[in-house]
Amino acid sequence: MNTNILQVKDPILAIENLSVAYDKNVAVKDVTVGIKKNTVTAIMGPSGCGKSTLLRVLNRMHELYENIHTTGSVTLNGEDIFKMSAIKLRRKTGMVFQRPNPFPTMSIYDNVIAGYKLNGINQKKQERDEIVERSLRDVALWDEVKDSLTKKGTFLSGGQQQRLCIARALAFNPEIILLDEPTSALDPVATSKIEDLLITLKEHYTIIMVTHNMSQAARISDYSLFMYLGELVEYGKTKNMFTNPQDRRTEEYLTGKFG
Amino acid sequence: MKAINETENINSRIRKDRVFLGLVVLFSVITVSPIILIISKLIEKGYKQLSFGFLVEKTPDTMEAMTAIANNELIPGGIVNGILGTLLMVAMAAVIAIPIAIITGVYLYENQGKWLANITRNVSDILQGVPSIVLGLISYLWVVKYVTNGFSALAGSVSLAIMMLPMIVRSTEETLKMIPQTLKEAGLALGIPYWRVLTGILIPTGFSGLMTGILLAVSRVIGETAPLMLTALGSRAINMNISKPTSAIPLLIWEFYNDPNMVDMIWSSSLLLMIIVLAFNLTAKQFAANRK
Repeated sequence: MNTNILQVKDPILAIENLSVAYDKNVAVKDVTVGIKKNTVTAIMGPSGCGKSTLLRVLNRMHELYENIHTTGSVTLNGEDIFKMSAIKLRRKTGMVFQRPNPFPTMSIYDNVIAGYKLNGINQKKQERDEIVERSLRDVALWDEVKDSLTKKGTFLSGGQQQRLCIARALAFNPEIILLDEPTSALDPVATSKIEDLLITLKEHYTIIMVTHNMSQAARISDYSLFMYLGELVEYGKTKNMFTNPQDRRTEEYLTGKFG
Repeated sequence: MKAINETENINSRIRKDRVFLGLVVLFSVITVSPIILIISKLIEKGYKQLSFGFLVEKTPDTMEAMTAIANNELIPGGIVNGILGTLLMVAMAAVIAIPIAIITGVYLYENQGKWLANITRNVSDILQGVPSIVLGLISYLWVVKYVTNGFSALAGSVSLAIMMLPMIVRSTEETLKMIPQTLKEAGLALGIPYWRVLTGILIPTGFSGLMTGILLAVSRVIGETAPLMLTALGSRAINMNISKPTSAIPLLIWEFYNDPNMVDMIWSSSLLLMIIVLAFNLTAKQFAANRK
């Protein structure tokens, strides 16, 4: 057993011996890791190390690609994610993308409620209003947009749009939020707002975030995974990893020798 | 010596520049002039006949036209039978073509690079090149002979629909390709089933693009004459029965051309047809401009 990988008791998400291959190119190699509830976990590593692929397997978005093959298992609260329906899984795992991508034809209100509306879930208007308000409050956007809920989501600034996208992902009250470099397209002020937001969100949600930005991982994550060439090299408390990396490759990456 | 050479050089460059500018302007004028000449000719020759009556009255018979000309009056009547026939057939063609074409376009978009999709795309492109009269013949064989047992609006619509198909297929595929992949992913990541992502997110996002394609296809087939000659045939009466021969504006223009008493009607009908086509074209351009 690799001693550089922290063993987590009662993980909310347990990944075991997960390998992912596109055709014959292995993107993720035999990764075993448990994610702790109500934490921010950062997935770091150089480009092409398989971190985005790993993230996408967690809500089975990888199935959109062809010729992709996975082995191993992932369980969410003990339930095998490959055995439940993808639709059910995706409602339990919100996803936020690199670039803010509010639905351009929809208002701010409709963007937040899109998951319900487009799933054909019938609700009273009051229920919808509550979900929209709760989700927008969760991302600290409510006060900024409460008077312009009928405006298009694309009217907002980049940072506001990204918070709107997080709100949209929160509307279903997911267990886990997956973020794929959520601040890479944002300016520093908007980035720091999102970072503060993620720290407050971990009270209610478990957050897994892919990031290229090491200082961001150091600032907001509790645990970090370091991946290299598809392999999970090191996993542990972020503080420990940044002060005392166990693996030479982790150390070289963190000190900027490659990346 | 050298300094003088440089000046000469610059002067000759300036001369060349002017010559090229002149050529560019000349060719631009040549490109633009046909449409200006066409429209001004149509207005000059057609405006007299164009009145409210022209839009709401039926085609006059030869005797009426002859009498009017003898008395130095305007030809009475209008082309309402043609206008309604064109509306009926184009609308029906659109109803047939749009769903098939959009579904095919979505299929091509979702299956980039697959052999069946490639074949479909190529066949659709070839269909676009099939002469319209051949489509008329095919519709004659299929619909006139076996479905309506005679010339009919339905047969006309089928030939126009086949013409519209490849245009809308292509524009649908191209429009969907322009939509960022991440919008589709965002929808699917919310646990929304694919068909709802398509109808609730992708199609509304690409709506302007789809409308542009549809309107251009409509404006393209509105003026089609050859396939209608073999299918709808034409009629002096107003006909809204899809299994009966029906008139259309371009068919009337052809009929007027063959009747020496109706010459004035050619121009006014052409002017009206031109106005309708332009209106569709400009609306399509408006939709295209709105895409941003």
